[in-house]
Amino acid sequence: MTRPTIPAALAAALLGVTGAGAAEPNGPLLAQACAGCHGQSGAGEGSVPDIRGYQPDDFVQVWEEFRQGNRPATIMGRIARGYTEAEVAALAAYFAAQE
Amino acid sequence: MIRQTPHLTRRAFGSLLGASAATIAAPGLLRAQTAGRLVIVGGGFGGASAARFAAINYPEVAVTLIEPQTSFVTCPYGNLILGGKRVLADITHSYDGLRARGVEVIHDRVAEIDAAGHAVALAGGGTLDYDKLILSPGIALRWDAIEGYGPEAAEVFPHAWIGGDGSQITTLRARLEAMPEGGVFAMSIPDNPFRCPPGPYERLSMVAHYLKQANPTAKILAFDAKEGFSKQGLFEDAWAELYGDMIEWVPASADGRIVRVDAARGLFVSEFGEEHRVDAGNVIPPQYAAAIAREAGLANDAGWVPVDPATFEALAARDVHVIGDANVAGPMPKSGYIANSTAKTAVVAALAEVTGRPAWDDPVYFNTCYSHVGQDYGVSVVAIFRPSGDSFAAVPDSGGLSPRGPLAELGRNRRLEARHADAWYDSITADMFS
Repeated sequence: MTRPTIPAALAAALLGVTGAGAAEPNGPLLAQACAGCHGQSGAGEGSVPDIRGYQPDDFVQVWEEFRQGNRPATIMGRIARGYTEAEVAALAAYFAAQE
Repeated sequence: MIRQTPHLTRRAFGSLLGASAATIAAPGLLRAQTAGRLVIVGGGFGGASAARFAAINYPEVAVTLIEPQTSFVTCPYGNLILGGKRVLADITHSYDGLRARGVEVIHDRVAEIDAAGHAVALAGGGTLDYDKLILSPGIALRWDAIEGYGPEAAEVFPHAWIGGDGSQITTLRARLEAMPEGGVFAMSIPDNPFRCPPGPYERLSMVAHYLKQANPTAKILAFDAKEGFSKQGLFEDAWAELYGDMIEWVPASADGRIVRVDAARGLFVSEFGEEHRVDAGNVIPPQYAAAIAREAGLANDAGWVPVDPATFEALAARDVHVIGDANVAGPMPKSGYIANSTAKTAVVAALAEVTGRPAWDDPVYFNTCYSHVGQDYGVSVVAIFRPSGDSFAAVPDSGGLSPRGPLAELGRNRRLEARHADAWYDSITADMFS
């Protein structure tokens, strides 16, 4: 699977002028959906946790546990199965870069 | 590419409203919005989300939002007013946050769209040129669909299905409060497609929540033009567990389709002629896209707007992107979250051409609909969608419903989902208006 290597570059790729290819999922745009519950930049809102600043590997591991049903969840288990590994890696890179 | 349209008409119109003075008074907004002009029609879940997203991410584009209401009353959480958990101010949102981000907000109606000429005419006079138009006009009610149900009858039997100025939902709450002891609350629910598929059933739940305390011998009759509904098992479990036999759901096959109402006599009349006496009535009529979308020739025969699933550009007009409840996006629901999610895709697609910045080649659309069914009792449906051919498809083996089971076993889950629902409301309205 694709590993995020340079989160800053990916973060800069949001709607960037350099034009990311179609091969790389667009983490910042994918992450827009998360803001509907997790707040702006994933900062958390009420009962929904802050997901900023995770190490990408940890983020991917937690996501995988949700996907496999190995982690207690209300709705994240159902969400996790909807995204590809490459997309999860892009999300991981995006949220790792948020402060 | 970019149309170098002189915005003379817009400037003249703006100065009439004092918009030029306002811009000068806010130096933070003086940035070069020179790449082009994005006009957004409708300031709800789709339009406000689009305006905020565009203002943040495309500072080189001038963003104008046209919305008749001076504040926005959300449909989501309106049902909690009926349940006594919220008041109107809690679900009313200001456009000042968007103004502070540099969005030009004009409170007017669009009278006409000239798609070929890339301009919209305002009901209050003046026209606005655009490079790209995003239409998020929402729904209109089909006043002709249920005999006797028009704007006047809606004062007696509120629909409370369009936020408007908030008076529909507060009138419905007042009708509930005025019910005689042991009286009948009745709801007429339309066939698919309609705005907010689980909404009627959350509403029934919140009405029961109120009546259980205030009028426990009252009866709730839910007349449905369908044979089934969103989250049906979860709702029916909760109704049985929380409200006993207070709620009776009547599907179409049991003569649940209401075809006529008599507001003066307080009657709902079914397809097969049965007259039901109603003390407090809520008619959610069949719907179609708001008038401006239909009158612009964008809609199909059913009154909804077909769109490209990757860009939301209307199939009938170049440079007009239609988002929110007005479009044809099944199996995606007509929900606030889908409007918010697809708004961003529409902005990226529309402004790629204007700014030369990248499009989003493989967009993903996200939906969660929470419903409050009782005190500390929330349930949800989740789905992830992608473009598929000329339509949309849910990602296989993903999404789905909250688990079913007795409250004694799932109490923590229900409580958490109710709290997550509140967090969703705060997050998504911040994503629209902050």
